[in-house]
Amino acid sequence: MEWSRHLLIVPVLLPLATGAALLLFDETRRTLKALVNFASTLLLLFVTLALMRIADTVPAHGAALSWSYAVGGWPAPFAIVLVLDRLAALMLVLTSVLALASLTFSMARWHRAGPHFHTLFQFLLMGLGGAFLTGDLFNLFVFFEVVLAASYGLLLHGGGVFRVRSGMHYIAINLAASLLFLIGVSLIYGIAGTLNMADLALRLPSVAPEDRTLLQAGAAILGVAFLVKAGMWPLCFWLPPAYMAAAAPVAAIFAVLSKVGIYVILRLSLLIFGSAAGELTGFGGTVLLLGGMATIAFGAFGVLASQAMGRLAGYSLLVSSGTLLAAVGMGDTAVVSGALYYLVSSTLTIAALFMLIELVERAREPGADLLTVTMAAYGDEVDAEEVEEEEVGVMMPGALAVLGVCFGCLALLLAGLPPLSGFVAKFALLTAMLNLDGLGAPAAVPARTWVLVTLVILSGLAALIAMMRTGIRTFWAPLEVIVPRVRVVEVAPIVLLIGLCLALTVEGGAMIRYTDATARALHVSADYIGGVLQTGTKAGSVKAVTP
Amino acid sequence: MMELTLAIAIGVLAGSGVWLILRPRTYQVVIGLSLLSYAVNLFIFSMGRLRVGAPPVLGAGGAADPAGYADPVPQALVLTAIVIGFATTALFLVVLIASRGLTGSDHVDGREQR
Repeated sequence: MEWSRHLLIVPVLLPLATGAALLLFDETRRTLKALVNFASTLLLLFVTLALMRIADTVPAHGAALSWSYAVGGWPAPFAIVLVLDRLAALMLVLTSVLALASLTFSMARWHRAGPHFHTLFQFLLMGLGGAFLTGDLFNLFVFFEVVLAASYGLLLHGGGVFRVRSGMHYIAINLAASLLFLIGVSLIYGIAGTLNMADLALRLPSVAPEDRTLLQAGAAILGVAFLVKAGMWPLCFWLPPAYMAAAAPVAAIFAVLSKVGIYVILRLSLLIFGSAAGELTGFGGTVLLLGGMATIAFGAFGVLASQAMGRLAGYSLLVSSGTLLAAVGMGDTAVVSGALYYLVSSTLTIAALFMLIELVERAREPGADLLTVTMAAYGDEVDAEEVEEEEVGVMMPGALAVLGVCFGCLALLLAGLPPLSGFVAKFALLTAMLNLDGLGAPAAVPARTWVLVTLVILSGLAALIAMMRTGIRTFWAPLEVIVPRVRVVEVAPIVLLIGLCLALTVEGGAMIRYTDATARALHVSADYIGGVLQTGTKAGSVKAVTP
Repeated sequence: MMELTLAIAIGVLAGSGVWLILRPRTYQVVIGLSLLSYAVNLFIFSMGRLRVGAPPVLGAGGAADPAGYADPVPQALVLTAIVIGFATTALFLVVLIASRGLTGSDHVDGREQR
């Protein structure tokens, strides 16, 4: 096993080690903690970029499209494996980019608002890394719980009645969903006798017909657990208040959290219920399509009805989730490719929006700053003078202009208007939906696809109206303009994320090529399975262990 | 008989748990979630099929006949699920107490319904 294979475990081990090490420092040494955290996250970004290169250079045809790592050294179906393929690599890079941006944002002031911010942040990254890489259903549960446990702490970061109340709802919902997850996993194990995803996909066609209903029930219960996390209507009522209550950098990193559910649904539905599944092919597709459409509609109404900007961002997240779920439900290769592009673009956009909202609202209500109040309630060492002193960092010149331009860009991205990547994403999605047999081959478009297309376009219109209304009210309407006190470190991550969306537009060809390759690989489950199950034999431990 | 007893136990626990998590008091929700997790743990255990007198771990002599052993995987899963469930319930309790302290009410919405 060459050394670069060990890179696969780094996205789990590095945040674990950093998070644990940060516990050893006293809470007062915040600058040191922030620097260590930043260095670790930066390193994680480089590692995930390296992993993406590796995943992308794997030959497009051949046995090993995925690249797996046997954690305990045992052959694949008997123990936990980590699996790297293009999809996992894409999600990892997205996570580490968002982590870097939100961490930078938090270093201005938020990381001082409560204890153990940096440790929880690293544990969240560890859980996310593990959830994207694991090739085992129960291991996925464990990493999900790591993500959730860290997210409970982060959601409560900063304190206050509103956070504790929505945090309690969030925890209760997620605990119940985790129980559904366990029921689903154990039902599947009871029928198929394996928890390894690749092995499961292999064994599925040979399940006895009388057990098939039970297996479908297990898969459906498992699916419900992920749909709660992804926020499909009617399982999504907890999402907008929770994300609205979270501190701005936390909400930004949470933008990728709901995508974990979508990632798992995409992976499992194509791997297990793909074309090789016999009679079970396409199981659940209709539910995803219809549920996704309902979610888009609900999200769009929510966006229009929102008065508070945080709520607007929360409902935008639901629209993005719904679009992705409907696209996964269609299951077509080109649609999935467009959906992946949309996933990256919309996640970056919404994360940037969550951070921007915090800055813009500072312009709206000076003095009534929740943070300083909670910090005074919490802080033993942070007194008002110190806050005042530290606020005088590098102030942003022309803050309102910069914020306004960022806000305009985000409105374009959310609505899916040219010239930014939101447009490219929706264009890729809609073209694929309307040309299921490929460009130039006229195919009958079913009625529900037309409904979906209409919904996607109308949701863009709703986002545009809501963002324009908010923008006018914030930037144009006030008679007495209050220039918010904004620091460079706070604007930099937002500009970075918008810049990435711009890069996605300019380098759209390269990105679409990557997502095309990802979607094609997802649809050929045999390659994934081959890549996972051969590691064991390659390591040679099967014959070596038996005497 | 054993199957019936276990099925009834799981059903009663799950039913009580679901009823309790729909109640308005935070304490009822915590107890409901605990009961549900007991039901789920028993359910996972039963997915390895119910066997009496069959050890899950191989002895020193190795496996003479695999059919004489119980499936160890669900038992390992139950252990993990118990630990995780215990930890998250403890965390939830902390939030519950914080909420009680901050809002002065043990209603799940932080205030009584008018």
